[in-house]
Amino acid sequence: MSAVLVSVLPVSAAGGGDAGQEEGFSAKELVLGHFEDSYWWHIGTFGQKEVSLYLPVILHSPATGWHCFSSRKLYEGASYLGFSIAPEGKYEGKVVETLSDGSVVRPFDLSLTRTAAALLLNSAIVLALVLGAARWYRRRKITETPRGLAALMEWAVETVEEDLIKPTVGENWRRFAPFLLTVFFFILINNFMSLIPFFPGGVNVTGNIAVTFVLALASFIVINLFGGRAYWKDIFWPEVPAWLKVPVPLIPLIEFVGIFTKPFALMIRLFANMLAGHAAIICLICVIFITAGMGVVMSTSMTVVSLLFAVFMNALEVLVAFLQAYVFTMLSGVFIGLAQEDAGKKVKS
Amino acid sequence: MGLLQPEPGLLIWMTIAFLIVFGLLARFGFPAIQKTLDERKKYIASSLEEAGEAQRRLEGLQAEMDVVRQDAQRQKAEILKSAADAREKILSEARLRAGEESERIIAAARASAQSESEAIIRDARHQVALLSIAISEKLLRSKLEDSQAQTVLAERLLSEMERKNDGMNKEA
Repeated sequence: MSAVLVSVLPVSAAGGGDAGQEEGFSAKELVLGHFEDSYWWHIGTFGQKEVSLYLPVILHSPATGWHCFSSRKLYEGASYLGFSIAPEGKYEGKVVETLSDGSVVRPFDLSLTRTAAALLLNSAIVLALVLGAARWYRRRKITETPRGLAALMEWAVETVEEDLIKPTVGENWRRFAPFLLTVFFFILINNFMSLIPFFPGGVNVTGNIAVTFVLALASFIVINLFGGRAYWKDIFWPEVPAWLKVPVPLIPLIEFVGIFTKPFALMIRLFANMLAGHAAIICLICVIFITAGMGVVMSTSMTVVSLLFAVFMNALEVLVAFLQAYVFTMLSGVFIGLAQEDAGKKVKS
Repeated sequence: MGLLQPEPGLLIWMTIAFLIVFGLLARFGFPAIQKTLDERKKYIASSLEEAGEAQRRLEGLQAEMDVVRQDAQRQKAEILKSAADAREKILSEARLRAGEESERIIAAARASAQSESEAIIRDARHQVALLSIAISEKLLRSKLEDSQAQTVLAERLLSEMERKNDGMNKEA
């Protein structure tokens, strides 16, 4: 998020000296640019020098097969082997291939984009955290008091288990605890990392629909794969008056759609929350640069106000980052728990 | 619309990343932590139980110790009492024996004094008799020719004196 902030700083330096001069600052472009993926990881602009991490572009072209090269070769509209980044149109900002007959097609794009790179980095952090703690335990006796990482992870794991997994999943919680814990820590670390304004963080991974889609899909699979007989019976033959089931299967249809709406809601909730939070912070920061050309008093007062709001939003986002991981895990647990309930209990209730 | 359209490349990366993370954590991460948590819970429970057991045993030992101490106190009191008894007995015995001894000595002394005084008296009587005889002889030589008659007279006088003397002694 604030990688963007760093990148706009020279703009303010240029505009701050002379109030009348505008560098063509576009808040819309900036905000949308933050949410769109890119082929390089912009670290910052130092003086006149743009510093970016160039990521590998991996493509499969139907015509020429697999390609893998650095995104530096496509930087600033450059073309390489017929590949270039589309400046506009349907594939704006994506790599396209210009074929020999002049037509433009989109190859299969498996590039390690900024989001993908941040995703892998965050995944590594999650692995390091949990496996580090697990390794600590494997090397020591249980009588030893855990310190540092192990103490933190032990507390976190126990809290998530006691507060989220056990009450929601019920008896079978041990079976689903690894999945739900993985989901929790995966989302949590990604959310927190996106709030760090410097290079290794700042990428809104969980604000990307592809990421939340896979997470929701995983929940969907777990819910339905381990659903009991009562769960499926409840969907196709629920305990409602018969005329609601035959001849028009009204309730079964609603229940069936419900199978998909539950994970869909999970996907949208996480995505929208993270996107909106980031958008709010960036917009507040943009206010500083938008008002830069409106005189000293206006610009100073608005800078103070927007900074205060940005601090507040950042604090709120830290809460939201935790809350969204919590909610995703809790709802997944609730859905799993509902699918687990045995027939006997269901009939009684 | 671009924001709501999942990018296929990213979907694949995310799937790979999530599956790897889940696989590794579900196999090596969380079960190990879970196992430790369970074991520690069990360990704490058993430790508490053991501590309670030790406490109970300690209380038992305390009670046992109290019994032993009371027993020892009782024995001490008994020993002291018997010692005092023995002392008392020895003392009274000694006192008794000393009394007997002194009585015996006093009796012996009294007996010897008695016999001595009797001897002295006898001697004195004899002396007096001899003196009286001598005196009477001298006195009566002129009056009496027969010394036998004189002796009878003297003896009679003496026994009278003796009776008088006895009466005086009784009075004393």
